[in-house]
Amino acid sequence: MTMPPSPPETLRSALVAAAGTLGGGGIRVALARMRHGSCLGDAADELAGKSVLIAVASQLEAALVLIELDGLCRRLVLLPPDVKEAQLAPIIRDAEADAIVCSDPGAFAASGLTSVYVPNLDIVPLAGKARISLRTEWLMLTSGTTGDPKIAVHTLAGLTGAIASRTLSTSPPVWATFYDIRRYGGLQIFLRAVFGGGSLVLSRPGEPVADHLARLAAENVSHVSGTPTHWRKALMSAAIAQFHPAYIRLSGEIADQAILDSLRLNFPDAAIGHAYASTEAGVGFDVNDGLEGFPESYLAEPRNGVELRMADGALHIRSNRMASHYAGRPDLELTDADGWVDTGDMVELRNGRCYFAGRRGGIINVGGLKVHPEEVETVINRHGAVRQSRVKPRKSPVIGAIVVADVVLCETAANSDLIKQDILALCRSTLAPHKVPALINLVTAIEMTPGGKVSRQNA
Amino acid sequence: MSARLMIISAIQQVAVEQNKMLRPLTDDLELLESGLDSLCFAILVARLEDKLGFDPFASSDEIEFPVTLGEFVSVYDNAAVPA
Repeated sequence: MTMPPSPPETLRSALVAAAGTLGGGGIRVALARMRHGSCLGDAADELAGKSVLIAVASQLEAALVLIELDGLCRRLVLLPPDVKEAQLAPIIRDAEADAIVCSDPGAFAASGLTSVYVPNLDIVPLAGKARISLRTEWLMLTSGTTGDPKIAVHTLAGLTGAIASRTLSTSPPVWATFYDIRRYGGLQIFLRAVFGGGSLVLSRPGEPVADHLARLAAENVSHVSGTPTHWRKALMSAAIAQFHPAYIRLSGEIADQAILDSLRLNFPDAAIGHAYASTEAGVGFDVNDGLEGFPESYLAEPRNGVELRMADGALHIRSNRMASHYAGRPDLELTDADGWVDTGDMVELRNGRCYFAGRRGGIINVGGLKVHPEEVETVINRHGAVRQSRVKPRKSPVIGAIVVADVVLCETAANSDLIKQDILALCRSTLAPHKVPALINLVTAIEMTPGGKVSRQNA
Repeated sequence: MSARLMIISAIQQVAVEQNKMLRPLTDDLELLESGLDSLCFAILVARLEDKLGFDPFASSDEIEFPVTLGEFVSVYDNAAVPA
């Protein structure tokens, strides 16, 4: 039986039953040590009540600092590893940051922040002073592609709203994620590991996929999460054969039937689910029936405190797991007047099921007709020889734009022209003529964003 | 293969793919009457660019879109100046 989650006071208080470890970069830390331990020592007291940028070099340091400072600080601003120096000033301004925790103070000398702290992975006993317990705000950068990043304001209760308490009958999970835990999707896995009494095996920047998979197998990882793009890359590696997780989770992009079926084929005994979540809207829902999209019934009534609706073809979400607002940007509304977040994800209803069509902003305009790249990719990915695809616009002097596709094949094919024709035939039998790619380019790899999604900068 | 042969072959392929009935491909055939629609021409121009390495319509604002098939071919012939 699954118990409804009871909101914890602080992240540290969730370590009461901690039995697992946190590992990355060759270092492994027992989570229980942080129950009464500190990575900042006496200096942590100086951070009480402050708005603190967490700009450390590793995920492990970030995890320890989060445990240390939740409940102590007014705000924790979790910076992903790829934040550019030019973005720091607006982030500091909008988050009202007055201190920074970082691994290399020299790298942030230009930030203007004079309260600088460096964490130490040698955990020391927590000083005897009684720690104050604030309802700390957790600030996360949205993954918007243009302009300054927006900062979504969460609370620990909202971030953990989708995490069910661990059932005592099951052994604690060993989690891993292809994400970085400083992004929403990865943070969810870190919190699941902590709240589930489990362990977490962290990803390493730049680690080859085969080495990563071998490490996950060696560490007996039981639960693992990533984007469909992460999973397509993993399935291209021979090392996948040695890895036997019990639970596979996809999020962050549309999980189409092709990737769900490929995973089922490779992991016949695993539970496979895809989740809908975003930095702004929080965790919306899980789908565990092995099918793409989600049942129309999800729209009918609130499920686990989350309401969904379709408006103007887009998915809207309302729940207490959402961010409350954008920090420092009173000019931006995160929700409408009734508290709904417009996710910008377009949804189509067919035969009792809702299917994701693509992002509102990613539409390709072919002579006035609209094409969602993701819709075409879903069809191309159904071809047995295709591992991954990216559909993008190509400017056309005649008609504005036409649709072209980059395709990665499962293995080097003998007759690539024949496969191209075969893929086009599949598209023509399924899609309206203007949606069929005018050209297919066979490529060896498709660029991935730091967040693990198909890069759509050209869109 | 000459530009003309390549263009004719590409037109025929696009017509098959897009389920269009082509009129006989003579030089004086008006493109609007050819059986191809604007999407077909967009695909055609993109494919020829990949084959020939240039798109004569993108490289200059001066060029008006040709009316007949013969004019269409000569736009490519004229643009194909040896390097």
